[in-house]
Amino acid sequence: MKAARQGRAKAPRRGDGNRELVELHRRMWLIRAFEEKVSALYAAREIVGLLHLGIGQEAVAVGVCSLLDADDVVYGGHRSHGHAIAKGADLNRLMAELAGRATGYCCGKGGSMHVVAAETGFVTASGVVGGTVPLALGAAFAAREKGAGRVAVVFFGDGAGQTGPFHESLNIASLWGLPVIFVCENNGYAEFTPLSAHTKVERLARHAETYGIPSATVDGNDILAVRKAMGRAVDNARAGKGPTFVECLTYRLRGHYEGDPGKYRELSQLADWKKKDPIARFERVLKRRRAASAREFEKAESDARALVEEAAEFALSAPWPEPEETGTQVYA
Amino acid sequence: MAELSYLEAIRSGLLAEMREDSSVYVFGEDVALGGPFGVTQGIAEELGVHRVVNTPISEGTVMGVAIGAALSGLRPVVEIMFVDFITLAMDQLVNHAAKLHYMSGGQLRVPLTVRVQCGVQGNMGAHHSQSLESWFLHVPGLKVVMPSNPADAESLMRDAIRDDNPVLFVEHRGLYFSRAEAPAGGSGLAMDRAAVLRTGADVTVAALSRMVVPALEAAEALAGEGISVEVVDLRSLVPLDVDTLVESVRKTSRLVVVHEAVEQGGVGAEVAARVQEEALYYLDSPILRVAAPNAPVPCTPPLESSFVPDRERVIEAVRHALSGQPT
Ligand SMILES: Cc1ncc(C[n+]2csc(CCOP(=O)(O)OP(=O)(O)O)c2C)c(N)n1
Ligand SMILES: [Mg+2]
Repeated sequence: MKAARQGRAKAPRRGDGNRELVELHRRMWLIRAFEEKVSALYAAREIVGLLHLGIGQEAVAVGVCSLLDADDVVYGGHRSHGHAIAKGADLNRLMAELAGRATGYCCGKGGSMHVVAAETGFVTASGVVGGTVPLALGAAFAAREKGAGRVAVVFFGDGAGQTGPFHESLNIASLWGLPVIFVCENNGYAEFTPLSAHTKVERLARHAETYGIPSATVDGNDILAVRKAMGRAVDNARAGKGPTFVECLTYRLRGHYEGDPGKYRELSQLADWKKKDPIARFERVLKRRRAASAREFEKAESDARALVEEAAEFALSAPWPEPEETGTQVYA
Repeated sequence: MAELSYLEAIRSGLLAEMREDSSVYVFGEDVALGGPFGVTQGIAEELGVHRVVNTPISEGTVMGVAIGAALSGLRPVVEIMFVDFITLAMDQLVNHAAKLHYMSGGQLRVPLTVRVQCGVQGNMGAHHSQSLESWFLHVPGLKVVMPSNPADAESLMRDAIRDDNPVLFVEHRGLYFSRAEAPAGGSGLAMDRAAVLRTGADVTVAALSRMVVPALEAAEALAGEGISVEVVDLRSLVPLDVDTLVESVRKTSRLVVVHEAVEQGGVGAEVAARVQEEALYYLDSPILRVAAPNAPVPCTPPLESSFVPDRERVIEAVRHALSGQPT
């Protein structure tokens, strides 16, 4: 338990000092190691269900959440394990949730696509594409009314950018000047279909322009670029200057869901993106800056793997929910 | 006769109509590639991608487009990947598709088929596991069918496409790979008729979609004890074949309705109301419902598996009906 508590990400403050950067690197490893373990447990049928992994997209989750405070809120989608971890979710309880155990964040009732870690400000993931975008507007509305300078962030994919609620949300956020930050993880695919087959507007930030929302399109595999764009977005939102749209160009290195044969993508494309692995890239940056020693880099990975092993042990030895749980919590 | 899986039978019915009638088009997410389960696999290759149209994730608008196309002489078949997402298309379905024939004084017709798949299968959680068919019973102008086997799936698919009304065609994900003899090119089955799958004298069990399986299993198990169960597969919810149910209940005097949707406001309530209106004095015990608990579908395996009615619960309900005791 103790180690897991260490594994829990305390939102570090802004700043590009070496210590902060090394912390970001450590967190990216937490997410990577967590999802690789989830993938292995899924293959071993220790975890079942419908799993969408964000391996390859960690720079977005960590870069974005690293600029938020504990009481800022985050909404996710169906591919949101990383978002929850980046916002500070406890690895043990998250793993237990994916394994369907009573000690999971949602008593096993939610599962992979529906993680809620309310105490961390990760309000909810969702199985309905685009479904959480309006919810984040509501959070931003409430935050503004409360007047404490809080912001709301919503992560969604390029596919969600074709939904009606997405477009209506951009309009309302802009019209009402809400402190919401739209973080689009543009990974080029919605399920098996490339973005070009879904829209002529392949830079989703252009929609923000239409609705009068400031935007940036950044390399989503470059955590520093994500942070830079996000820093401006957070400053604006806290200063009452309304919404910002941050489009992060990235790629998922796994299938759409675990078990997806992935026949719709070229292997060469996958190989190209592997070269742009956000963790390895950030490591190269940190090395150039001499931010940490080689041993420290290795330790980031091995520590993450150890924490994740512990989380798996915690999860798999945890009790299942009691049968009567089915009928509880239907009403508040 | 070819042995088809339920999924292949749906495809076969769809393909047959598309070959015969060039006004039949498919719209849906990733359908040109076959969709996530492969129902539309190979159709684009044979008939062209213009007939099997991939859409963005825009369920509400795509439903509207299909309704508009139907008003202009096409026979669109819209696939909503999970019935859970039909919420996003409800406005178009309920306010336009269902009502335009009536509101236009008969000038307009909406020959639209909406394919959805539903049900609990594979620990997908509360956004990918629901059974929402009863919502549509409450909208005059929509028809609703729920096949339980490949043969019915194929012929109901064909009937739905040929129908001049909007028809919700509800597939069960858990049945996709079940196999049985399906009559080749089978059509002309009366879409509005329930099917008596097993005759019996003591209790009628009326079941829906995948719940036909535990209903038949329960009947088989109870037969060993000398309890004779008649199993009726409802197949069509709108129109609902009350005559077949009433005929059966006149004989057995007891009725148990089984569905996978939650109990409150479900099809069971409608069936019970309709049957008692015509057959109350033939009944020897209250009409019972076997359904999911009134809760969202929990994701975790132990809760999910006990959520769905099974053979044991049907057996229990049948015994209960026979005991004459109030629930
Ligand atoms: C409203 C709705 N329609 C369809 C689906 C099925 N579905 C799940 S994920 C997905 C693609 C989403 O693509 P994107 O938003 O780019 O996210 P990514 O999977 O790439 O992270 C689709 C169509 C869904 N979950 N919700
Ligand atoms: Mg995408």
